[in-house]
Amino acid sequence: MAAKLILSMDGAVLKEYPLNKERMTIGRKAHNDIVIDNLAISGEHAAIVTILHDSFLEDLDSTNGLEVNGVQTKKHFLQNNDLIEIGKYKLKYLNDQVSQTNAADFEKTMVLRAPVRPEAPAGEIKLSQTQVNPSMAAEIEKTGRFGMQPPAAPVAEVEASPAAQPAATAPQVAAPQAAVVQILTGPNAGKELELVKNLTTLGKPGVQVAVLTRRPHGFFITHVEGAVHPSVNGQTLGDQPHPLQDHDVIELAGIKMEFYFKG
Amino acid sequence: MRFEIAGVDMRIDDALEIISLTNPGMVRSHNEDSVACDAACGLVVLADGMGGYNAGEVASGIAVSVVATEICQRLQEANPIDRDEASGDELGVALLRDNIRKANLSIYQAAQSQPQYSGMGTTIVAGLFYDNSVVAGHVGDSRMYRLRDGVLETITRDHSLLQEQIDSGMISIEDARQSKNKNLVTRAVGIDADVEPEIHVHEVRIGDIYLLCSDGLNDMVEDEDIQSTLYAMQGNLPLAVDQLIQLANDNGGRDNVSVILVKVKGEFAASRGWLAKLLNWFGK
Repeated sequence: MAAKLILSMDGAVLKEYPLNKERMTIGRKAHNDIVIDNLAISGEHAAIVTILHDSFLEDLDSTNGLEVNGVQTKKHFLQNNDLIEIGKYKLKYLNDQVSQTNAADFEKTMVLRAPVRPEAPAGEIKLSQTQVNPSMAAEIEKTGRFGMQPPAAPVAEVEASPAAQPAATAPQVAAPQAAVVQILTGPNAGKELELVKNLTTLGKPGVQVAVLTRRPHGFFITHVEGAVHPSVNGQTLGDQPHPLQDHDVIELAGIKMEFYFKG
Repeated sequence: MRFEIAGVDMRIDDALEIISLTNPGMVRSHNEDSVACDAACGLVVLADGMGGYNAGEVASGIAVSVVATEICQRLQEANPIDRDEASGDELGVALLRDNIRKANLSIYQAAQSQPQYSGMGTTIVAGLFYDNSVVAGHVGDSRMYRLRDGVLETITRDHSLLQEQIDSGMISIEDARQSKNKNLVTRAVGIDADVEPEIHVHEVRIGDIYLLCSDGLNDMVEDEDIQSTLYAMQGNLPLAVDQLIQLANDNGGRDNVSVILVKVKGEFAASRGWLAKLLNWFGK
């Protein structure tokens, strides 16, 4: 089922538009796919480009602009339930594609047949579901290389990231309770590390490393490398991950620290 | 008596540490991924198959075994830095390209001749290490990453609709995570009578870690978490492999997940000329 827009004003639904074309325009003039005959709306106000299951909203340099979920925007990747506001009019974007499809099927990798390659026999090209803009789907041969953020600088003694990163990947997994490690001995005694990442490194790679991992059902400490295995409450760890309990005392390379849950 | 000769490098299987693991994930009943590693010829191959019934694992299995067997067999008597007469490329480059195409044809023909395999295909990503470099070849959305100086980079570029949208500026990398068009590959092995593998040569450095994975990893785990895992666990690759798969499964494990890690521990320049070959032979 295609995604759709529901046009309303002052809470009254006016019309429903399935997004069944690759490009649909919104504007005051009659040739638009979605015509809103109101002087606050530009002749050609905005366009929505839909590629398979994704839709993108773009302001066509309109006089009064547009807002999505209350934020002025020029270009926006539409998500289910987004509210587009143009003047007094509201357009609700609905795309329940995922809930309607068997989730397992949806995850499966599928081949999108490359459109019109010169050597491909003409009759054989099958495009799944919708026509794809050939320029977009054109084969790309450039060297793949997109950089990522530099890592947090490796710190010799104890390393932890200061800020929680938003969990941007699709699945929202129930995170365990917030936890902290407080250093009890050594030059950093008294310092607290909030365990906000899935993996917090203790020590320095190449020398002595243990990691604290955050999993859906709790926190674990694992020895990675180095001559000395860490201990928990005086018990030296083996090679297996060890689950951490509230107020466990970890000792690593002569430094003691306490693990506890927060709040 | 043992010769110690400057410039004679480590054998490839001493210079590389290779670990691989494949797991069906938390949702799927069977595993359509295949992996193969041959330390002696410096080759790692990973494929993520697609197709009904068991056709997915048939396709990925053919791809991995054709590429691994053919290349390793050829390299028993040939030197990868020699010229390939047919293409003029280095033999290592030509071998990887030609054998991915050979795998493509095998899968295509099997799919044509047997109805239960109709439409099957697979992605592939492979790395052939020799002469202090890696030849990376891929088709589809299985990836090769490199961790160097603590920074993770993708060194393959997905043949996928989403990647094309990112390249055309239509969608940002951040927004791409929300896309419902993941998993649409624009190139695959075995779907057509021929395929054009993308091949690039990268110089390697001691300490580099190469990660080959199916999309079951990078769809479920943030690149940042992959990076911090590889960085923290670079001294213990078996643990790193377990941790990566565990991360994917803890996040839902909606797909099969396969991981190959290759760590560069020493130089492995290819031997050139008869003297080096002779000395190398004695060195063994």
